[in-house]
Amino acid sequence: MAKVKQKDLILYSSLIILGLAAPYLFSAFKVQLTYLCVLIVLAMTWNLQGGEMGYNTFGNILFYGLGMYLTASVQVGMFFPLAEWTESGGEKTFVHTTAQYFQGIGVGLLVSAIVPAVIAGAIGYAILGLRGHYFAICTLGLGIAAGEIAGGIEIIGAGQGFTTPPFPAEIVDTEARGKFFYFLSFALLVGTFIFVKYIYGSRFRLILNAIRDNEDKAEAMGIQTMKYKIVGWMCSAFFCGLAGGIMGGLIGYIDSTDVAFDGREMGVFMVLMAILGGKGTLWGPVIGATLFHFFKEGLWTLILGWQYVALGVLIVVIVVYFPEGLMGWLREKYPERFGEVVDEKDRKAQVELK
Amino acid sequence: MDFLIFKAPMLMVQASLDGILLGILFALIAYGMALQWGVMNIINIAQGDLVILGGYIAYTIYLWGIHPAWGVIISPIIMFFVGWALYKLVINKVVDRDLFISILATFGIAIVFQQLMNFIFGADVVVAQSEYGTTMLFDNSVTLPNSKIFSAFISVLYAVALVIYMKKSRLGRAIRATAQNARAAKILGVDTEKVYAATFGINAALCGIAGALISITLTLHPYVGLPYTVRSFMIVIVAGLGNLPAVAVSGMGLGLFEEFADYILGTEFRIGAVFLLLVLILVYRRFKLSRKREYLK
Repeated sequence: MAKVKQKDLILYSSLIILGLAAPYLFSAFKVQLTYLCVLIVLAMTWNLQGGEMGYNTFGNILFYGLGMYLTASVQVGMFFPLAEWTESGGEKTFVHTTAQYFQGIGVGLLVSAIVPAVIAGAIGYAILGLRGHYFAICTLGLGIAAGEIAGGIEIIGAGQGFTTPPFPAEIVDTEARGKFFYFLSFALLVGTFIFVKYIYGSRFRLILNAIRDNEDKAEAMGIQTMKYKIVGWMCSAFFCGLAGGIMGGLIGYIDSTDVAFDGREMGVFMVLMAILGGKGTLWGPVIGATLFHFFKEGLWTLILGWQYVALGVLIVVIVVYFPEGLMGWLREKYPERFGEVVDEKDRKAQVELK
Repeated sequence: MDFLIFKAPMLMVQASLDGILLGILFALIAYGMALQWGVMNIINIAQGDLVILGGYIAYTIYLWGIHPAWGVIISPIIMFFVGWALYKLVINKVVDRDLFISILATFGIAIVFQQLMNFIFGADVVVAQSEYGTTMLFDNSVTLPNSKIFSAFISVLYAVALVIYMKKSRLGRAIRATAQNARAAKILGVDTEKVYAATFGINAALCGIAGALISITLTLHPYVGLPYTVRSFMIVIVAGLGNLPAVAVSGMGLGLFEEFADYILGTEFRIGAVFLLLVLILVYRRFKLSRKREYLK
């Protein structure tokens, strides 16, 4: 046992060192690395829902977009009138000082973590009572409705979008902006990973799995399933909100349907990444997100214009032919490495059955 | 209340008529969805994109100089084969799998369709001019495009024809048998694979008709498919599977809701209101059922 622990320790510390060194090693790809961190966070939190709890949601984009708008609104609203900022080119009239910028983004991120979690808790009782595909469609509707409604609200820029505060000009170092957002997202990634890993070792995960496997039986066993479902959703919302807040600052411009509540891109990506890596595993979403990001960045520029066709085909192929994901495939192939005891007779019998 | 619609009662008549005529069109799409949901147990997210594709077929023949109304005959024929091909390529692999797989797979198809339509027909909002003129009612205070009346008429015609076809024909009976019990139908010699393909084809054909009608009454754009999917989904869950009068009524109800939401909340919130209504209906049903200790299945 102790040996395995040591192996883990080496793995984690080398990953953290790699993560910390990455912006210096691949200095030109800082934005891409930040994206990667955020994508991994989104995939991991989706996995808590879809993989562990069996509630396949399209609605986590709601918290992501909400976090984005909240961070930017707080960051602006703390120092300047929000309505005038969004009206027309407010970023030119009002300028954040360095201290204001960082104070703003700090408080903004705090708000963008707490408010989505509270909202998830508030609507959780109503929404999580739905099961299976009704839940999936309902959350899909929720995400799109949020985008459409945000596109009609004047104070956050309505259809024209919302320009987030630019990075303070007083900092002369041109690398600083990229580094700041990279380390922010990397910290979020590490925090999320530790949290999810903690959940994986806890009773909470077993309860979520029980809900996934048979909710009625879980309830009959005396588990208050609704309570756990809501808590699970709130955890997802917390991290999704933070991820959205960081993304908003990085992109620098928030559009209601194309950036924030982007169900067509981010909302599908998080599902796809988790499924690609393998639902219901700790490392699956991480691997899935990394693979997906490399695939996306590598191919997007090659097949310019056709990327959505490729994305659609990819979704169909993964979902139809590869629903267990990479980890599921590995598990099938090498069950011993996943700690499963395989009876040789049993395996033969199964092969014959096929 | 400072809304225009409450000050001018004629606007109410206008909105109601518009809503009912539009709702009949929605009911036709929902009928297709109910059909394939009931028979194959699949939720087709690409439903709305099939509608838009059907609309673009009608628009194409309009560009060739043929009157777009012929689209209601040409478009379903082409769309039937599109649906059939789609079934053979993808859908047959997800039929008896988890429903979420079918949702995601059809979501992927929807994205492909949207993008292909964007390439072929461009990202502009287009409309096929039917030049049917308008009918003026109540001293010219209510204007009703004749194309809307035409579209409602054609929708009813096709729906009735399909109901009769499902009742009388051999394939129709095979489809209904498969919907009731696929296994038993298979044992009794029904080629369920063929039935599924035909069902999906008929669904696509219905979408084609609806699309052709939309091309002359409303507007077409490659990315507006999803609202049609959600509308038909909503109508089906309110009406239930295989309850045709209820589908028609709830379709009209949805049309009315939309037109009034348009006037009261403003056009920018129209789509948002539709999606929000979906969430509210689902939540309402969830609470209604949970009193009986049941849940939506």
